[in-house]
Amino acid sequence: MDNKLIVTAAPHITSGDSTQKIMGRVCLALVPTLVASIIIFGVNSLILTAVTVGACVFFEWVYCKLMGREIPIADFSAVVTGLLLAFNMPATLPWWMAIVGAFIAIVIIKQLFGGLGYNFANPAIVARISLAVGFGAKMSAYPLPENGVDALSSATPLAVAGELGAGDYVTLLLGQHGGVLGETCAITILIGGVYLIATKVISPMIPVTYLATVAVLSLCFGMDPVVQLLSGGLMLGAFFMATDYVTSPTTDKGKLVAGIFLGVVTMLIRRFGNMNEGVSFAILLMNLITPYIEVNTRQAKLGIAKKKEAAAK
Amino acid sequence: MSKFLKRSAQGAQVPHEKRTSNLETVKMPLPSRIVLSMGQHIGAPAAPAVAKGDQVFVGTVVGKAGGFVSSDIHSGVSGTVDSIITITAPNGAPQTAVVIIPDKEQKVDPAVVPPTVTDLKSFQDAVRASGLVGLGGAGFPTAVKLSPKNLDEIDTLVINGAECEPYITSDNRCFLEDTQYIMDGIQAVMKYLEIPKCIIGIEANKPEAIAKMKSVASAGIEVKELPCRYPQGAEKVLIENCTGREVPFPGLPSDVGVVVMNVTSVAFVGKYLATGMPLTTKRLTVDGDIVKEPKNVEVIIGTPVQELIDFCGGFTEEPGKVLYGGPMMGNCIADLSQPILKNNNAVLAFSRKASELPKATNCIHCGRCTNACPLGLSAKEIVQAYNDGNVELLIELNADLCMSCGTCSFVCPAKRPLAPSIALAKIMMKNGGKK
Repeated sequence: MDNKLIVTAAPHITSGDSTQKIMGRVCLALVPTLVASIIIFGVNSLILTAVTVGACVFFEWVYCKLMGREIPIADFSAVVTGLLLAFNMPATLPWWMAIVGAFIAIVIIKQLFGGLGYNFANPAIVARISLAVGFGAKMSAYPLPENGVDALSSATPLAVAGELGAGDYVTLLLGQHGGVLGETCAITILIGGVYLIATKVISPMIPVTYLATVAVLSLCFGMDPVVQLLSGGLMLGAFFMATDYVTSPTTDKGKLVAGIFLGVVTMLIRRFGNMNEGVSFAILLMNLITPYIEVNTRQAKLGIAKKKEAAAK
Repeated sequence: MSKFLKRSAQGAQVPHEKRTSNLETVKMPLPSRIVLSMGQHIGAPAAPAVAKGDQVFVGTVVGKAGGFVSSDIHSGVSGTVDSIITITAPNGAPQTAVVIIPDKEQKVDPAVVPPTVTDLKSFQDAVRASGLVGLGGAGFPTAVKLSPKNLDEIDTLVINGAECEPYITSDNRCFLEDTQYIMDGIQAVMKYLEIPKCIIGIEANKPEAIAKMKSVASAGIEVKELPCRYPQGAEKVLIENCTGREVPFPGLPSDVGVVVMNVTSVAFVGKYLATGMPLTTKRLTVDGDIVKEPKNVEVIIGTPVQELIDFCGGFTEEPGKVLYGGPMMGNCIADLSQPILKNNNAVLAFSRKASELPKATNCIHCGRCTNACPLGLSAKEIVQAYNDGNVELLIELNADLCMSCGTCSFVCPAKRPLAPSIALAKIMMKNGGKK
């Protein structure tokens, strides 16, 4: 027979979704925040973002080329890492530092561990922490919006939270205050987050439980929950960084545990620590315990009696 | 909320593609030959009861059941036994088959008379003699299913009319065209097995079938509209959605007091009790992107696929894949001389372009496979354990619970062939670690 038929195992169709489309939607969800940062901090935000994204994609391409691996840049995952990393930098950060950050994120955290899907922690988070430790002064030199790109070292609202009044909530929502690119405007982050939930890219479980835990704990600690929710990297972290597939639990039960854990660690650092990177460290710690959360929060399987019940029989 | 945290079991939103749902069933003319495989059911294959040159009639037994879990095979034509050959079954194993050349007279075997049914025993005997096997696809001999050990504990008959596979509409046509036979079959099963309650489960994408069944449902019979989420028609999923009960593993539906029958199977019971004609024909959906005239066809079992395709106008282009059954769980046909089997409900043909699956890329741990699995399994973990040769972990993950519905593969954005890998993992579990 010349007419050879293809024989493969079922199923014979797949959904229309793909890794590329998912990463594309994450990029799209980050666009409003990018626009906000350009409005707030000036065109330097855009240049810094372009440099970081470009460096991430370049490092991914070079590494895979040198290692003789397939070039995966079409899946947009390096673009997502670049955007998130840029959003964790102040607009005044020297470009070469941004490139160092991109190298840490893509080469050290992502590719050396095996590429997409094998990194143990969120590349952008580790890069941000590395930069904060290595270039502390530049990383915390938050420009004030009025001064545009002319650097004027100032405190993030968190540092002066005690002095903020209720009238400042609007300032926090709109992002008219000092900070890194992507964590000042809470509204655009929320828009992006809701878009990701609506398109089923992320589950609302981690952001909702994370934010709720922070709100409850700030009340317990006698801090203003609204200020705590809207300032620092919390919004960006909750919607975009803690929800990274590779480094967070997959089941709803696991996500619930992760969200509460994140909230507790963040608030402990904010209340008792003296660093600005509470969210970053909380997410890094959550990344590290994710494998343990994962094996202990598996779903109940249909028709499989729990061990206790089975023993009782 | 607690149920949600326990097991999300979202299933998959598969495309419907039910474009044949309004096409009335047409009878296909006699084929040039029929090839009756002796293995058209789960269990021991039947043994040929005829020899080369024998004269057979419509309804004559040509294969005798090879044990308790087995089934008789009947001829759908009158004619002469041409030869007894070996064919390749859909699972790749060799299988004996009887080839019959029709004489075009379609004389009915004098043994075909409506059965006398008075009690449970005679009812079970009649179903056994009819050659009926689970027509939803599994092919489990119905007489065995209707002989549960704990008969007095069975309180619910669930009729599976979910038809959750894309393309297939033969069950939908059955609801609309064989309504009375369905009711007769249900009432007979309820009467002789003394089951007080019946639930007919139908996916919401078949509103006509739901309306029709609601209009004829008598006391004790409930029609349940099921959500359009694949795999609604998987036995355990259907039982949970219709009765709220979880079938234990390992175990059978009868362990939770349920007997499940496919709608086409129960309709056949009704028809057989009235006519005594054994299972010799089958309603099939013939569809796919390269079938010229998609149809619902009533075809004689054993008809070569090629002749069925010719009856539907042939292909518009070179076929890539031809399937027995739907695109989610169907088997590929290796060549078109293969015959139609009792448990087929569709023959689908796809172009080469539609047949080629996208390339698999790295797992991004999105968890869609886990959250979609109707049974609460974690496909990505099972596949990882299989790749590591970790049988202990496979046991802990209950890989053997997997029913190969294909939902995990379908939803995977990285296009990883998870379901086939889990099938291999199950074999590795059985072999104690060898791949």
